[in-house]
Amino acid sequence: MTEVLEASPAVSPLAASGAGPDPMLPVPFVVERTQHETADTFTLELLRPGGGVFAFAPGQFNMLYVFGIGEVPISISGEPAFPQRLVHTTRVVGAVTRGMGALRRGDAIGVRGPFGTHWPVEQAVGCDVVVIAGGIGLAPLRPALYEILAHRERYGRVVLLYGARTPDDILYRRQLREWRGDFDLDVHVTVDRAIGDWRGNVGVVTTLIPRVPFDPYNTVAMICGPEAMMRYTVLELERRGVPSENVWLSLERNMKCGIGLCGHCQCGPKFVCRDGPVFGCRDVWDLMSRREL
Amino acid sequence: METLDPLLAEHPFLSGLTPPQIATVAGCARNERFEAGQFLFHEGEEANHFFIIRHGKVAVDVAAPPRGGITIQTVADGEILGWSWLVPPYRWRFSAQAKELTRTIALDARCLRQKCEEDHELGYELLKRFADVVGQRLDATRIQLLDVYAAEPAGRHR
Amino acid sequence: MNASVEALGASPRVVEARDIPALLGVILESGYRLLGPTVRDGAIVYDEISGARDLPEGVGQEQTNGRYRMKARGDHALFGYTVGPHAWKRFLFPASLRLFGVSREKRALHVEREPDDPRPVALLGVRPCDLAAIARQDRVLLGGALADPSYRARRETALIVAVQCGSPEGNCFCASLGTGPRASSGFDLALTERIGDGRHDFVVEIGSESGARLLGRIESRPASAEELAECRAFGRRAASAMGRALDVTGLKELLEASVESPRWEEIAGRCMSCANCTMVCPTCFCATVVDASDLAGVSAERRRQWDSCHTLDFSYIHGGSIRRSPASRYRQWMTHKLATWVDQFGETGCVGCGRCITWCPVGIDLTEEARVLKEGRPRPAA
Repeated sequence: MTEVLEASPAVSPLAASGAGPDPMLPVPFVVERTQHETADTFTLELLRPGGGVFAFAPGQFNMLYVFGIGEVPISISGEPAFPQRLVHTTRVVGAVTRGMGALRRGDAIGVRGPFGTHWPVEQAVGCDVVVIAGGIGLAPLRPALYEILAHRERYGRVVLLYGARTPDDILYRRQLREWRGDFDLDVHVTVDRAIGDWRGNVGVVTTLIPRVPFDPYNTVAMICGPEAMMRYTVLELERRGVPSENVWLSLERNMKCGIGLCGHCQCGPKFVCRDGPVFGCRDVWDLMSRREL
Repeated sequence: METLDPLLAEHPFLSGLTPPQIATVAGCARNERFEAGQFLFHEGEEANHFFIIRHGKVAVDVAAPPRGGITIQTVADGEILGWSWLVPPYRWRFSAQAKELTRTIALDARCLRQKCEEDHELGYELLKRFADVVGQRLDATRIQLLDVYAAEPAGRHR
Repeated sequence: MNASVEALGASPRVVEARDIPALLGVILESGYRLLGPTVRDGAIVYDEISGARDLPEGVGQEQTNGRYRMKARGDHALFGYTVGPHAWKRFLFPASLRLFGVSREKRALHVEREPDDPRPVALLGVRPCDLAAIARQDRVLLGGALADPSYRARRETALIVAVQCGSPEGNCFCASLGTGPRASSGFDLALTERIGDGRHDFVVEIGSESGARLLGRIESRPASAEELAECRAFGRRAASAMGRALDVTGLKELLEASVESPRWEEIAGRCMSCANCTMVCPTCFCATVVDASDLAGVSAERRRQWDSCHTLDFSYIHGGSIRRSPASRYRQWMTHKLATWVDQFGETGCVGCGRCITWCPVGIDLTEEARVLKEGRPRPAA
């Protein structure tokens, strides 16, 4: 054993860290518009008081604060090219999201962000793009689609595959119909199960993959949905020949700070709020394959 | 040392195979035992085996965080576990965990795939039997999906 | 005669034990809140003290798995113990801290940050393992792109008076991690207590301008080369008398390869998920936020509070918790501390203080667990 008697001096981060606005303080925004999407999902459009823009990259999220109740991480769902409006689509799953759902035009809501990594919209230039969304997973992917469609000439085939639980759970119905009408965008929607007058596809979203033409070797895939759905989608894409280094996913974990300090969002060595939520498949595949990590 | 030929020959799954075919299959077989709680394989891993459950119980499950592992089926004495080895990219689509001490005959898939390539008759016989297994699982899954016991039917339109 | 700062230079000095009260007095006069060791509730804890009479004079400790006792040393040593249940994070990263208040007028929200406590703190009696722990927390809370402003405010003005170690206790293993028994930096002053054979004094190493200034205001004389050699000898002796050892070679890779080890389930049979280990650990930094409003709904506040990955709620997202089983939660804690912390921050999160071993109600010892993971079999009970 070496004689280590004295701890070696480390370079102190104390000297290096600089002062800046406190990232733990919410900035009040005002609700401009609310939109009921499905039975348990709604969209809020927010404006910054006094005008101004909220610039963000597709895939990023904000910590949204409801007065006196609490804060939750919600992906941004709006158009990056129109940063005057901050748009969030949320599903009601607890006290804070229920509080958000009760907000009306003119109410205030606290915003901290934008935080996190973004979809590889730049890297996908020159490639085919396949966007695969499951359930509420379409909300964090919508900004990527807006961005890609705003610069449509830079990409090859662009495909959106969207799976919802039932026809009643389909998000952004009008937007989807508009996109289906575009000549250069391939949109396929499916539901897990349907009764009644649904005449569209039925089956999990992975069943759509074999039906759609795209060049697997020159494709960037972006996937968002429940973890199990993302895993099967990656396997199905692999069957199709898409290498995992061309696949990106968005993970979700419990977050309290959103800035990599509270420790809650860790998945193995990754802080999902800071190293994610968008990850290259290669970087998280092993983590996703283990239980309770 | 007793070989596995007689055991395999007796098993209904392989009934109808000729003795040389049984011997070929036995050449890829070995006994394998799993303690309660032990995983036979994990979703995503290479599917290099399939199993004939001699005795015990195995839960086939999917990891669906944060709900934990969801058992979608259990496989017990005499039943066959694993068809992912037949279909590229030869990866397990589910995990399997022994719920009690389970004794199996593990068949080496790489070995068998090779043998099937060489002997198409054997290949066809095995594929027929597996198509049946997969078909049964599919029927069962579809019926599970109907959620027939639910108080309110799934996907009801408003 | 009080030496001037220029005359002191940076060489170590010797201070008699009888002059320690004067040193503490000078620190108090300089406007610091003096935080140091004192006996309370059956343990040596860290609290605000008013002078040398509050120090645990003549008190020692005995620690082993899940056991802590104070004992009478039979002498007048001021720092005759290693570490108790408290870590310095309770002052630098408080267990409960108000972050901001929010008021609601009509429908507008007005957010006001809680001002930082303006009083600087002086930490007296910081062991080398704890110095290393403070450095770990500096890296976590200040080293990223977005730093913790309240932590920085406290750290920038904190005065640190370290105490070098000469006698490790039953659960110490700082030597395994290179965090002790002696420190060479990270302090304003570092004391080595020398007691016995009719003498009682302190060799004081100067680590900063502030330290030199304070020392210059009390009696001291230069330390000789022999005295400094004696201090180093104390350290060598201490390094070979550690209560435990952690085998750090290949430890990160070992834990990465042990994700599915059956050992976690075995530990879970003992671990009660009480979270004591995370509360006493000087480097654990996980925190949660608690939002509350008054009954009228007019004002609200957010507080930051310590949290623990051992709790079931810690990893909760809608639908359930990612880490439901106690086995997965213990695995998370130990793997984070000894392996993934390295990926995140470039160094291990453990400093070898041994508190988690002492304060675990069932006496789980992570050095032993690391050994079992490596060798595959538990050591038979002695």
